[in-house]
Amino acid sequence: MSRRALSILAGAVLALVLAIVAVATMNLSPSGQSGGGSGTADIGGAFTLTGEDGTIVTEADFVGKPTAIFFGFTFCPDVCPTTLYELSGLIEALGPDADKLNYAFVSVDWQRDGPAELARYTSSFDDRIRGLAGTEEQIEAITKAYRVYYKKIPTDDGDYTIDHTASVYLMDGEGGFVGTLSYGEAHDSMLEKLKRLAASA
Amino acid sequence: MRFPTYTLIAAMLFAATPALAGDYTLGKLDIDRPWTRATPPGAKAAGGFVTIANSSAEDDRLVSASAIFAGRVELHTMDMTDGVMKMRHLPDGIPVPAGETVSLAPGGLHVMFMELKEPISEATPVPVSLTFEKAGTIEIEMSVAKPGAPAPENHKHMHDEGKN
Ligand SMILES: [Cu+2]
Repeated sequence: MSRRALSILAGAVLALVLAIVAVATMNLSPSGQSGGGSGTADIGGAFTLTGEDGTIVTEADFVGKPTAIFFGFTFCPDVCPTTLYELSGLIEALGPDADKLNYAFVSVDWQRDGPAELARYTSSFDDRIRGLAGTEEQIEAITKAYRVYYKKIPTDDGDYTIDHTASVYLMDGEGGFVGTLSYGEAHDSMLEKLKRLAASA
Repeated sequence: MRFPTYTLIAAMLFAATPALAGDYTLGKLDIDRPWTRATPPGAKAAGGFVTIANSSAEDDRLVSASAIFAGRVELHTMDMTDGVMKMRHLPDGIPVPAGETVSLAPGGLHVMFMELKEPISEATPVPVSLTFEKAGTIEIEMSVAKPGAPAPENHKHMHDEGKN
């Protein structure tokens, strides 16, 4: 085997290991966090985005209340509206406790989704879910901070769709990562996690 | 007097299942529970869902769909791996093999309505045309659920029963 082939192989093995570590870290649930959670400590962090009314929103606006935050785009036909619908139902089920949390929907489609598009889109769901838009740099920054995968995929008609992480990230009142709600997770399990998050507020 | 087995089975199924609005037959294809969701204001895309059962001995294929309310309609698949949603166009359509049932459902296969000309509004069924390679074309109406709803409202109850 040539040196070049060896180094390619080594690179591939390293990439695989990194991918496994990344996936393992992503899947940590709130209950799995009791062991210290050092691997998850760096999910989250500073961001600057624009709210539906055009005002700047940063991580500082969420401090003091735990937050449920997820990423998507308004051209998404299924997962994003489904998550918004689910989250609206969970907010309703939480009752008065719902106001102890922040809820945010960040569009990774910086090209097509501005504050106005997000304001219209989220009007079909619970008022407490805030649509957040950003520039390319701002979206790059927050997706890196939250370890959110997103990738534009060109379509035949010259348009594009976006592959993206569909989980809802749960953060505590200081912006620290607590766990996730995954797409397709049972309603009761998600409600339980949000109740625990609200109780920690 | 003898009935072919499938007639008997069909008769039994028919007797056991209350007739539902919005279920269709095209040749040997049963096209059931077509539904979509109301779109939030400004939305440009929506997914349509339906269950197709092929009781013939011949494979068929859903090759295309069209709708007056959408500039483009495609057949798509969606896949969720490690929490990442990926959606892809299926240029060759969706196979409906002989004797099998194929479900277009949230989280997977769907009719993708794009370039929506008007919002899809709740409780007003929308006309959609489906074209199969062998069985031909059928005009159906999709019922409309709330934006993001996981199931069509009038069938939710049946689904729950089936699972328990
Ligand atoms: Cu699609």
